[in-house]
Amino acid sequence: MSMFSIFNVSGSAISAQSQRLNVVASNLANADAVAGPDGQGYKGRQVVFETVPMGSDASAGVRVSSVNESNDPLRKVHNPSHPSADADGYVTQSNVNPIEEMVNMISASRSYQNNVEVMNTAKTLLLKTLQMGQ
Amino acid sequence: MITNMTSGLDFQAKALVLRAERQRVIASNIANADTPGYVARDLNFKDAMLQATGADSSSGLRTGSSNPQGGATNGMTHPAHIALSGAAGGSLGGSSHLAYTAQSQPSLDGNSVDLDRERANFTDNAVRYEATLRFINGQSKTLLSAIQGQ
Repeated sequence: MSMFSIFNVSGSAISAQSQRLNVVASNLANADAVAGPDGQGYKGRQVVFETVPMGSDASAGVRVSSVNESNDPLRKVHNPSHPSADADGYVTQSNVNPIEEMVNMISASRSYQNNVEVMNTAKTLLLKTLQMGQ
Repeated sequence: MITNMTSGLDFQAKALVLRAERQRVIASNIANADTPGYVARDLNFKDAMLQATGADSSSGLRTGSSNPQGGATNGMTHPAHIALSGAAGGSLGGSSHLAYTAQSQPSLDGNSVDLDRERANFTDNAVRYEATLRFINGQSKTLLSAIQGQ
């Protein structure tokens, strides 16, 4: 039954989107984290999606092929009174842009909702098919 | 006799399988809405249905202008050619009708999924799937009441 593979396809998309949401959550949580003694602050992460064929050639699921660290420069804030400030009075913070992350979050949650709706519709149709002839 | 009775059901059954196929393709598009480089696909239902019904005389799909063979020639260019068994006129679920959808708003990452259009297509296809189901249910109920004669 070809419609059953919708659950595999949408399920893979849901799991990929939730991983993306997870990465956004850790980025946002660390947005204001300051660098430790080694001077290395938190670097924002981004997931990379990749199409993965499922069964026949028409079904295409998604998977996260890699999680990349951002190479943007770390943010430096002038705050001489901070205990982690360097000799010039600068504190190194993460390179996460909270606005970008919020947009990313909304996009991920909308895509997640879309795929849940696809699964619900497919489930309704399959249940109605089961009742055929009754 | 029995073929006359069930030919209508047969037609609807083919339509149902093709609707399910299209539903699957659109689900793949929605799943890949954020994948870079993914190209959206869609199933041309009319062509697929013409090929699926092929020489089936009971089909209601005699659209005037299209060529009489429909899409059922399967690359055969000579009457003496032997049809491939897997690709005979009645074959369903083949991917030969899968086309690439036109890009409405080009994006930098090469993804051609238009989520609004895909969602509209998905709902449209779901309603038509259900309509086909109801046709099948109605026809089978008619047949059953004719058989029982009550």
